[in-house]
Amino acid sequence: METILAILVGFLFAISVYLLLSGSLIRLILGVFVLGNATHLLIFVSGRLTRESPPLIDKGLKIAEVGIANPLPQALILTAIVISFSLFAFLLVLSRRAYRTLDTVDTDEMRIAEPEPDTQPMRGRDV
Amino acid sequence: MSDMAAWLLVWPVAIPLIGSALAIALWGRPNAQSAIGLIAITLQLVASLALLGHVWTNGPIAMSMGGWPAPFGIALAADTLGAGLTVAASAVALAILVYGLADTNIEQRRAGIIPLLLALMMGVAGAFLTADIFNLYVWFEVTLISSFGLMVLGGRREQLDGAVKYAFLNLLATTLLLIAIALLYGMTGTLSMADLSGKVANLPDDAPVETIALLFLVSLGMKSALFPLHFWLPAAYHTPLPTVSAIFAALLTKVGVYSLLRVFMIVFPDGGEIAREAMVWIAVATMIVGALGALAEADIRRVISYTVMSGVGVMVGGLAIGTELALIGTTFYIIHSIIVSAALFMAAGMVARAGGGTRIGDLAGLYKGAPFIAVAFLISGLSLAGVPPLAGFWPKVYLVQAGLQAGEYAIVAGVLASGFLTLILVGRIFALVFWREATDGARVTAADTASTSSANDSTLLKSALGALAALTFVIGVYSVPVVDMSSRAAAELLAPEAYIEAVFQSPAQTAAADTDSAEAPR
Repeated sequence: METILAILVGFLFAISVYLLLSGSLIRLILGVFVLGNATHLLIFVSGRLTRESPPLIDKGLKIAEVGIANPLPQALILTAIVISFSLFAFLLVLSRRAYRTLDTVDTDEMRIAEPEPDTQPMRGRDV
Repeated sequence: MSDMAAWLLVWPVAIPLIGSALAIALWGRPNAQSAIGLIAITLQLVASLALLGHVWTNGPIAMSMGGWPAPFGIALAADTLGAGLTVAASAVALAILVYGLADTNIEQRRAGIIPLLLALMMGVAGAFLTADIFNLYVWFEVTLISSFGLMVLGGRREQLDGAVKYAFLNLLATTLLLIAIALLYGMTGTLSMADLSGKVANLPDDAPVETIALLFLVSLGMKSALFPLHFWLPAAYHTPLPTVSAIFAALLTKVGVYSLLRVFMIVFPDGGEIAREAMVWIAVATMIVGALGALAEADIRRVISYTVMSGVGVMVGGLAIGTELALIGTTFYIIHSIIVSAALFMAAGMVARAGGGTRIGDLAGLYKGAPFIAVAFLISGLSLAGVPPLAGFWPKVYLVQAGLQAGEYAIVAGVLASGFLTLILVGRIFALVFWREATDGARVTAADTASTSSANDSTLLKSALGALAALTFVIGVYSVPVVDMSSRAAAELLAPEAYIEAVFQSPAQTAAADTDSAEAPR
């Protein structure tokens, strides 16, 4: 099961890298989204998978007798999901604002903050 | 160690959190928010000074949240490095806040700059004081999301453009950090940095330690704007409000460098050979590319953005050498850079006020109307270039000496060359913007615009900038306290036993459970 999930994680990473290499904001957002989910799955797998045994230890025992599910990765994923969800929401709003203000979703055309240099730094207008 | 002392760890994080929450509750009342901001940052400075004092006399301290003993609980821990950087960060944040109160107008403050600034300070202090590597990621995200808000405050076209690049690339970097942490957890089964320290060293030979170390280098390097992952920084840092640029330049990249120090000195004290090898050349390239990038820019704020990057190269150069002398240099340089980066962006903001812009070619003769800005800029700039007796000189002495002793001549050459290029940059800006005679009548000089900003604002702006410029001068002339602190920090990084022991013996605070769930949602 871990092998299958590991392959799936790799597949998702490949998809997200493909999307992130694009110049379109829409694809970038999707790429970040897929990357986040692939990472959550990675955390899940790195905690090892145990089926159908809740993380409860019988009374009087210090450690569980049978292998139990690892609760920590689930807590980590929960945190990561909340964070990536809020950041994803921000990115959506930002991209929409950027599209309406800059009138493009192509990152190559976003050159307002970094325009092509029109003056040499040494030379002023009339030095 | 008494239980009460461990509570010192909580306050530098909790105070800005409370302040931020109060400021949000007072939404739309900028004056009340400003007062809360000033009080909160002052208290944070006092709390972190108390923490540093305690760490200085008693050694590293730690506190486990929620009563879970280490390594299971999430601990906050402070050694000299973490406590010292918290002090530096909150001191500079106080100056930036004072500057910001005068520099921003009522509309910008109404838009929520104070709560966001406080949230940012909470994230920065949290990152400096956490002893848990997943918690470090959480603090990175806290810092990141508040910085997003600050970045777009004002919503000009240029800002949105910069923010798109800043947001996507930084989010990518933190996701890569999370991947590295997940893989590390998968191998070791622990997230406590103190516990990782021993477990990583005892991993079987076939464990992919090198890969994970490289992944940490890539993700944290991206956060700290190391070449070739630096592109987001010069694309974004010059676009937001001057106040926001100042706090970004002062703190955000330093959190990345601090985390690199933690990860490579405590988690991978031995492993990660390839990453260390690569770090030497990455550091040199960052120094040189940063300085050359600055040389090619025609806008003061973009020049300063590139010098921030160049400074990151110098800090990481010290980590790459890795000897005690080099780490002293790195720690000192981080503190120096926090002060000077903020001062330079403040000065650039004041130049924009006085001269009507930040393009070097459009400005001239500002010395006549604004001698104060000129002198403060010159002091900060020369300190950045490493001219004695200013603060920037001493860390470079340590780094050069360490590089010569360790045979890392590339780093020595990089430090000296980037210092030389920085001197040219600073000299050029000073000569053209401040010193050159304003021959063209169209040029706006400070005298013309002085009446537009109220005298009160100008006093606040000057006092904030003046305080930082004076600080870099005083630290340069009387460098003993900072050198002592950096030496202690370097010694603790090289022999982290006390830090690790503190984490494992941290008093279990059951009463802290509530604080924990509020600060670090897990």
